[in-house]
Amino acid sequence: MLPIAALVAASGEDGWSGFWDAVSSPQAVAALKLTLGASLVVAVVNAVLGTITAWVLVRDEFRGKAMMNAVIDLPFALPTIVAGLTLLALYGPRSPIGIDVAYTRAAIVLALMFVTLPFVVRTVQPVLQELDREMEQAAKSLGASEAKTFGRVILPNILPGILSGVALAFAKAVGEFGSLVIITGNLPYKTEVSSVYIFGRIESGDGTAAAAAAVVLLVISFGVLLSIGVIRHVTVRHDRA
Amino acid sequence: MRRLALRLVAIGYLLAILVGPLAIVFWRTFEDGFGSAWEALSDPDTVHAFELTLIITAIAVPVNTVFGIVCGLAIVRRSFPGKGLLNAFIDLPLALSPVVVGLALYLLYGRDGWFGGWLDRHDIQFLFALPSMIVATIFVSLPFVAREVIPTLREIGDEQEQAAHTLGASGWQTFWRITLPSIRWAVVYGVILTTARCLGEYGAVAVVSGRLQGQTETATLRVQEAYESFDVAGAYAISIVLALIAVTVLVLMTVIRPREERA
Amino acid sequence: MSIHVLNVSKSFGTFTALDDVSLEVEGGSLTALLGPSGSGKSTLLRIIAGLETPDSGEIRISGEDATTLEPQKRNVGFVFQHYAAFKHMTVRDNVAFGLKVRKRPKAEIRERVDELLRLVQLEAFGHRYPSQLSGGQRQRMALARALAPEPRVLLLDEPFGALDARVRSELREWLRRLHEQVHVTTIFVTHDQAEAMDVASQIAVMNHARIEQVGTPTELYDEPATEFVMSFVGEANRLGDGWVRPHELEIAHEPSVDAVEALVERITPYGFDARIDLTLADGRTVHVQMTRDRLDVLELARGEIVWVRPDRERVFAAAPTAA
Repeated sequence: MLPIAALVAASGEDGWSGFWDAVSSPQAVAALKLTLGASLVVAVVNAVLGTITAWVLVRDEFRGKAMMNAVIDLPFALPTIVAGLTLLALYGPRSPIGIDVAYTRAAIVLALMFVTLPFVVRTVQPVLQELDREMEQAAKSLGASEAKTFGRVILPNILPGILSGVALAFAKAVGEFGSLVIITGNLPYKTEVSSVYIFGRIESGDGTAAAAAAVVLLVISFGVLLSIGVIRHVTVRHDRA
Repeated sequence: MRRLALRLVAIGYLLAILVGPLAIVFWRTFEDGFGSAWEALSDPDTVHAFELTLIITAIAVPVNTVFGIVCGLAIVRRSFPGKGLLNAFIDLPLALSPVVVGLALYLLYGRDGWFGGWLDRHDIQFLFALPSMIVATIFVSLPFVAREVIPTLREIGDEQEQAAHTLGASGWQTFWRITLPSIRWAVVYGVILTTARCLGEYGAVAVVSGRLQGQTETATLRVQEAYESFDVAGAYAISIVLALIAVTVLVLMTVIRPREERA
Repeated sequence: MSIHVLNVSKSFGTFTALDDVSLEVEGGSLTALLGPSGSGKSTLLRIIAGLETPDSGEIRISGEDATTLEPQKRNVGFVFQHYAAFKHMTVRDNVAFGLKVRKRPKAEIRERVDELLRLVQLEAFGHRYPSQLSGGQRQRMALARALAPEPRVLLLDEPFGALDARVRSELREWLRRLHEQVHVTTIFVTHDQAEAMDVASQIAVMNHARIEQVGTPTELYDEPATEFVMSFVGEANRLGDGWVRPHELEIAHEPSVDAVEALVERITPYGFDARIDLTLADGRTVHVQMTRDRLDVLELARGEIVWVRPDRERVFAAAPTAA
């Protein structure tokens, strides 16, 4: 069972030129561009909002904080398809607040934000918790303002946490399928992401094209895993101070 | 002042993305009363879908639990060639698109696939049947137990195990009486995460199962099937059940996490 | 119950932990392995326990070759510096572990656990968990646990290192009394020479993977074999080429043969004794110990120039370089 990943790579090679044709087909390229673009946007948004959320959870005290902490894991617990449905309910045609983004690119971003929400929060939280308050106190006693303290003392220390969270979020977003199937309508060239494109190719029996696109996604996944490993490695060196 | 602003941003973020949508679905489902929801749930295809989901989960979770514990022990307590690779590999299912996973299985075991011929000859139905769905689910939910067990094992250190050895315990006795109890909360937490993942799996299973209505549809597949057949109430009803399970999982996670961290 | 270490060597990568070490431990004795960190003492202890295997050499327990025997089969009790308590078990279950693993009958286990808890004075804590005990109590539990299966040898690895000073000295006393009652061959590792001198009847001083000297506390103090032993066990001053103990120095107001000039830096009386810090011409500091009576007679003052002379001086042959 385990070497499946390796075998996918091999299976993708159903003819090298065939591979290239499949990968560069306009529909595949459009899907890929959309996937990468949306994932990038979501990753950045997550970096900011996720860090803020983690900050509030670690540094702030208020009633209901524990519940807030628990809610964050919802995307881990809820099936992706149900997530898509719930988003559709609030932001789709029968929306009670009048926002209808179904079948648009905004829907993609929305769905991806749902499924990737926990990642940055959960990677930054422990780092923020472990952060030595005395460092900040030292900076303040030396005259640094709140903003400066954050920028020069706190941020560099939580950056590895943010980065690995972003990497994980990006990887999840690129491969996301279930939550997008309903809300985006899967319109080719408009709202079709790579994973949906691949699925479409499989259902039409075009295994080669599907495999080719899959290999591209696989390479991206490996790339992300690698960068997470690198981040971890660099962090360890940092900690020894 | 800034504190309040940050707090509002965070809460707003969570409400808009997570809580709001979920609340709407709850409302919508029961808007038309309990009756229609119940009807949708007692549809034989839906019941079968839930059964299928449960069977798959009941197999995948124990398999991955054993795998997770064994791998965790091997990685933390032993050195062997390829250890780094195994460690990285465990994280792979988290970064892979489920559709890619499904495709891999499809190519491997499909009629033209590497193992396809062999399976055909022995008249074993893998794709478009339960076995492939189980395998797919096992793969995507692989990492969770291992990823909880590994840091816990690292933190605990092996002194207790050494002590057990000097007191005369054999390898197996040490494992049962000392190692396993000391990681039990990590294992429980990992099992909860694994179960949630199995219940919610969609992409990989969608590819390998062929989505044959009434035969190879899991609960998640059924939701989409229902929605596309304009049975919105049905889709919502199943979603509610899954959402309730998800909330239960969340509660369990919240309760168990501090115990896991304390260990 | 005797232990023989024969020409044991052990390296970890490029680091030599033990270099051809031999030691004889008499049955029923209480021996200390004393040395600074990195001297190899913990490694030696763990090799005796079977938690490490030597690269070369032999270990004999009660005359039998135990070099490659697993720890389970050696019947050796081991107490760790950080207790290694089974956190998920009660105190009773911890102590009973060695017996349960040997499948002894329940009644027997219960009796033995009761006996041991009484011995270590933890009878009231049987149903508590280790996290509810203080450090000293946890270590006593660890001792009871190690003693439960009636080991032939008891090994303790810096057993009081993680405890605070007062508890440490209490437990020291307590260990000595325990040994008098139980009489099992005991070896413990420590870097604290006062602890070793206080508790053990025989001390092996280790440095840089070798044993420098083995002897009773008095032998080590009065007749140190090497410079290292002299300076590590008890206080010692360097005077030119030789070494002198603080109480083997005489202070006088007038010069004499063998005496060197010194400046009185500090006079610290404490209890019955007094300690005088002197600075020599070459900048070195010398500590002198004398009785308060003698101090009164001398009428020393800070900043005064005096003459200090060794009563007894020791010179050591150049130690073989252990690179």
